[in-house]
Amino acid sequence: MSLKIIVLAKQVPDTRNVGPDAMTPEGTVNRAALPAVFNPEDLNALEQALRLKDANPGSTITMLTMGLPKAAEVLKEGIYRGADEGILISDRPLGGADTLATSYTLAQAIKKVGDYDIILCGRQAIDGDTAQVGPQVAEKLGLTQITYTEEIISLDKEAKKIVAKRHIDGGVETVEGPLPIVVTVNGSAAPCRTRNVKRVWANKNREFTVWGAADIEADPMQIGKAGSPTNVKAVKSIVFKAKENKTLTSSDEDINSLIVELMESNTIG
Amino acid sequence: MANSYTDVPEIKFHMEHPLMKRIVELKERNYADYGQYDYAPKDFEDAMDNYDRLLDITGDINANIIGPNSEDVDAEGPHCENGRVRYASKTYENLDATIKAGLCGMTMPRRYEGLNLPNVVYTAANEIIAEGDAGFENIWSLQDCIETLYEFGDEDQRRRYIPRVCAGETMSMDLTEPDAGSDLQSVMLKATFDEKENCWRLNGVKRFITNGDADIHLVLARSIEGTKDGRGLSMFIYDKRNGGVNVRRIENKLGIHGSPTCELVYKNAKAELCGSEKLGLIKYVMGLMNGARLGIASQSVGAEQAAYEEAINYARDRKQFGKEIINFPAVYDMISRIKAKLDAGRSLLYMTARYVDIYKCLDDISKERSLTPEERAEFKKYSKMADAFTPLAKGMNSEFANESSYDSIQVHGGSGFMLEYKCQRVYRDARIMSIYEGTTQLQTVAAIRYITSGFYEGIINEYAQEPVAAEYASYAERIAAMFEKLKAATAKAKEANNQEFLDLCSRHLYEMTAYVIMSHLLLQDVQRNVDLFKKSLVVFMNYAESKVEEHSNYIAKLDVDQLEAYRQE
Repeated sequence: MSLKIIVLAKQVPDTRNVGPDAMTPEGTVNRAALPAVFNPEDLNALEQALRLKDANPGSTITMLTMGLPKAAEVLKEGIYRGADEGILISDRPLGGADTLATSYTLAQAIKKVGDYDIILCGRQAIDGDTAQVGPQVAEKLGLTQITYTEEIISLDKEAKKIVAKRHIDGGVETVEGPLPIVVTVNGSAAPCRTRNVKRVWANKNREFTVWGAADIEADPMQIGKAGSPTNVKAVKSIVFKAKENKTLTSSDEDINSLIVELMESNTIG
Repeated sequence: MANSYTDVPEIKFHMEHPLMKRIVELKERNYADYGQYDYAPKDFEDAMDNYDRLLDITGDINANIIGPNSEDVDAEGPHCENGRVRYASKTYENLDATIKAGLCGMTMPRRYEGLNLPNVVYTAANEIIAEGDAGFENIWSLQDCIETLYEFGDEDQRRRYIPRVCAGETMSMDLTEPDAGSDLQSVMLKATFDEKENCWRLNGVKRFITNGDADIHLVLARSIEGTKDGRGLSMFIYDKRNGGVNVRRIENKLGIHGSPTCELVYKNAKAELCGSEKLGLIKYVMGLMNGARLGIASQSVGAEQAAYEEAINYARDRKQFGKEIINFPAVYDMISRIKAKLDAGRSLLYMTARYVDIYKCLDDISKERSLTPEERAEFKKYSKMADAFTPLAKGMNSEFANESSYDSIQVHGGSGFMLEYKCQRVYRDARIMSIYEGTTQLQTVAAIRYITSGFYEGIINEYAQEPVAAEYASYAERIAAMFEKLKAATAKAKEANNQEFLDLCSRHLYEMTAYVIMSHLLLQDVQRNVDLFKKSLVVFMNYAESKVEEHSNYIAKLDVDQLEAYRQE
């Protein structure tokens, strides 16, 4: 039976390959030095979506991303791998959003898409590392959520039931949930398949639908800066510098002196 | 992220050769597919962009899946279970990746769901994958057997088989038998016509069949009873779905462990004739072999690239006597030579692939409409060039792959002898390259007629007419001097008027010819991209001159009277 699948994806600076010029002297992220990439765990989510599509012929995958016009690149990357549609949510008033405003915006866009069985996204993005957006989207849509998912074991559209394996401390647990549902996918899930040549050639010049704040009927007070209660007080560039080495033996004396030193520097205690 | 295409700018350089314009125009029939297929290019730039993207994907898969899997594939190897092949587990991962990426049916027309790539681009993808795992490259690249079915099969066969290969089904070419290796005329596998079922039946044994449990096989079999030579042989298509062929064993080999080399037993296997009876060996296998030889040439260049990367990366890291060993002349002497041979051999490979492209496209077009007189002349010229260059590209690169992987281990010292290092696998894998699809000795046989007829001489004269910038004039003079030595050696070998003597000289003349041609190609390359090739030009010219001198001296001293001393009993 065919499924309507939505995948949420984010374009992020590639913080996995950080060079010495990743931060500006002012302590902000030097975006020019970090190439923009498809958020890695969103790729894991896309692979789960593609597997659902493979197993349920006739299914469609719609990708949603919020960001600058350049973020449409992740939509294209998704199409290259097998997604069917991509919608870019991009508008000046949406800028500066924290996770609350972002999830509100995405939830509004999902409402506009309307027809869906499952919403998949990565557990978290490598730039913010909050893991909040997926769960907040579920809350705003009033849907059940399965987080930290490693594998969707089965999905029965008729019975409106999904069974998934999720990653927990020290093991995995298998859970069941109702459809529609929000599933956030962990980095330990299967890696995403590669781009397909014919899809790349056919879609390399593709343009995507862009939705602004008005298109998704967003409340101006709940989007962008206005809708973001989080305030960044300061961003500091902390550079760890190697200092002199200290060699400690396993004697009680050395261990005691180390504990005292760590307590004095407020590292512990 | 590592990418075996973008990390090696020399490959892209060869994609951008001036002849590409003509090749793409022919292959794309002036872009007639645009509008009919959503993935067809609209013009030359669009097509070139498509090729670039395809190779980028290939480079990504190789660097991040096939390469990292290669050690496990080598250790596990394939197994024979109940008459079937079970690949090493990570071979399935590799296949899944290449199929999902759509790297199948590379050169086939779009009407059969292929990618319609020129041979040059397919050759590049082949080289890239061989760099990661030469054994897997064998399985993957056997898809090019479909060229023979496309060329000689009927339309019904094309429609039934080509889309399957474009969807990722694998192929094999079943030629060799226990008593028919280099001498394929001795093939005995029997084909008989089953009047009742209106099909052919195959019975017998094949040996050393690469990827012998493939989905679709091309089989050379004897269909004319009572015949003993090549004229009784025909080409058949065996579809694994019909059953009747079992794998009796998988060979235990020195290298290319990922590639299952099978002994096959045909028991009344249902098959269909491909093309006309009796033309199996004479026409079809010769076409198949030329394509396969170019494939091994690109596999060899992939191995040379791997040998180079392993050597230079190790030498940059390894410290002895207080500094990285790359700084020692004894070490950089070896690495610079690996690189120089790689650059020269690669140039020869892609020039051959271009010649193949032009004649094959024109041949294909000639089935749709009659060629103009100019096109006919073009076809004739490039067909002969391709035929003359293929044995040079295959023989020289496979020998270079062996020499360079040997040197790569030498750079590693004792560590290179340990199985933990990739260089030893490249060395083991490379060993077969100068043997299968025609040994280097057979490449020499294929080339010698073009040496004695003066055909290469004509090409070299043409190359010598190419304009050379003033700063490279001295190189052109040095090549001219090498050419003179080649001409003198050829004259001496011919003057004796003794076939055995000529045969004994042939390997020397073959190498001299190849060195002169590669020197010319590298000289052309450096003028298109100084930074990429300036070092290799210097090193290769010194090396080529010393090799030409060596062979020249050998032939100068060789005499018909000495034949007795060479003969072995």
